[in-house]
Amino acid sequence: MTAACADAISRRVLVIGFGNPDRGDDGVGVLVAQNLQGRLLTGVTILSRTGDPLSLIDDWTDFDALVCIDAAAPMGTPGRIHRIDLASRDLPRDLTLTSSHAFGLAEVIALARALERAPRNIIVYAIEGHCFDNSAVLTPAVAVAAAETAERIIAEVGALRERSWATGEIAVEIKSQ
Amino acid sequence: MATKTLRVDYLARVEGEGALDLHINDGRVTAAQLRIFEPPRFFEALLRGRSYAEIPDIVARICGICPIAYQMGGVQAIENAFGIDVGEQIRILRRLVYCGEWIGSHALHVVMLHAPDFLGFPDAIQMARDHGEAVRNGLALKQTGNELMRLLGGREIHPVNVRAGGFHRVPNRAELAPIAESLKRAHDRAKGLIAWVATFPFPEFEQNYEFVALRHPSAYPITAGRLVSNHGIDIDIADYDREFEEQHVAHSTALHSMSKRRGPYLVGPLARYALNFDRLPASVQSAAREAGVGPVCNNPFRSIIVRALEIMYACEEALRLIEAYEPPDAAYVAVRPRAGEGFGCTEAPRGICWHHYEFDADGTIHSARIVPPTSQNQPSIEADLTAVATSVLDQPDDMIRHRCEQSIRNYDPCISCSTHFLKLTVHRT
Repeated sequence: MTAACADAISRRVLVIGFGNPDRGDDGVGVLVAQNLQGRLLTGVTILSRTGDPLSLIDDWTDFDALVCIDAAAPMGTPGRIHRIDLASRDLPRDLTLTSSHAFGLAEVIALARALERAPRNIIVYAIEGHCFDNSAVLTPAVAVAAAETAERIIAEVGALRERSWATGEIAVEIKSQ
Repeated sequence: MATKTLRVDYLARVEGEGALDLHINDGRVTAAQLRIFEPPRFFEALLRGRSYAEIPDIVARICGICPIAYQMGGVQAIENAFGIDVGEQIRILRRLVYCGEWIGSHALHVVMLHAPDFLGFPDAIQMARDHGEAVRNGLALKQTGNELMRLLGGREIHPVNVRAGGFHRVPNRAELAPIAESLKRAHDRAKGLIAWVATFPFPEFEQNYEFVALRHPSAYPITAGRLVSNHGIDIDIADYDREFEEQHVAHSTALHSMSKRRGPYLVGPLARYALNFDRLPASVQSAAREAGVGPVCNNPFRSIIVRALEIMYACEEALRLIEAYEPPDAAYVAVRPRAGEGFGCTEAPRGICWHHYEFDADGTIHSARIVPPTSQNQPSIEADLTAVATSVLDQPDDMIRHRCEQSIRNYDPCISCSTHFLKLTVHRT
């Protein structure tokens, strides 16, 4: 198979960093997305989103696989990286940011699946934050985790593009931390 | 004497957190208290001592769903105090971005938060499996509202483009063209939404409300008007305190607003609609008739239809405003502070949102008062709950609980604005 053919049948992968960069560690997802610009395979789309979570459904409707990066509420270990493959488990509610706007990431993914508008494969990277104050700088441990998450996603995206169309099985196993 | 307690630990599909206590003695509902225990948010105190110029950005944070309502009330009060006329084109843009907020807020509530109550689903996610098209339409409507908010406000949540005297930046006509196409599609979706919600099963329940809303000489009220009621109130917004008062109640950290002469009153879609039906275009009036809603609706459960009608109206109005828009020479008019006081009042999606500020000569905020719609509706919510619970007392506890939650959601309560909201407890003795 030629490289062009391989690329043509590669699966459409979207990477979304989610959060508010003006609220300290909440912006870590966006930071990771920025870090990945120009470093992923051709054809992989990278977006940053700060607004209404329900808008995400429109963003990912036409993709086969999604990698989503968001900050997680503090649970005692700032910078701890949680990798959740939603093919094998649901997104834990206590890992998601609680939203005052009725819908958080877990609900939006569940809604998209109910509407059959969710990518077949969804990987969520949730990075535990520490400080979500206005205009706060990133917590050092979270900044370190952002860089590590970017490296892991580079490998992740490669694996997602190679997943078998028939089975959705991943070709390269990536161990969660 | 037997005592029975029903508890809902988390009242879902409302904006914010709080609790409801329902007391039933000898088969009679003796009290329904909306208990809001969220600590006060101190926005009014936060504003004191700051510059007038900070008002739009600070008050936008009161609510993620209706930030435009707070911004518009704030800038209107500033301009009222400093004697500023922003001109027709700025007024057009303000009404246009407000249409976006109505479309987005109403679509979220109607489809995602309220409709599941009528169709027997625990939430919109479960409902989406059987009513996918309706949910997709609701999401698309919300996206249209978001588009307007993004273009004119800079972003859909906590917009940053509104300022005293106008906007930081105004769009040209070409920038509005794609939104117009989106609004045309949204208008069709709104008509479909009206037809869908009109088929819902509605409880036979009516209340004799005192409706309070703005009324404008020619337009359905959004950004301007006098304060009127169906019990004879007709006052300038500056005279709000003459007819209404805020009261502390022991069971809530949010203030309750009452009519001084008559007690609870209702603001929001039912009030706007009843007091301004004649200001709606014939197309919306016709859609209302087809949906089985007359010029006045006293059934709070049917407020879901009125919200859908207001989405249709907001789409039509936004298209009319885009057609009428000619970019002004400047994005804002100069603001020269002076000592004085100013008032602002606009129609947030949930009802009138009233502002009053006093300024020092350099524009420093000396005092601030903001009365959000949900705190005005709290006494009416409690009155509805007493009546609704009474009407279903012979039903199983789960049915009472469901109907009470549904009644609360009739109001699309934004407890984040008044503070926050949460669990339902029924005490039977």
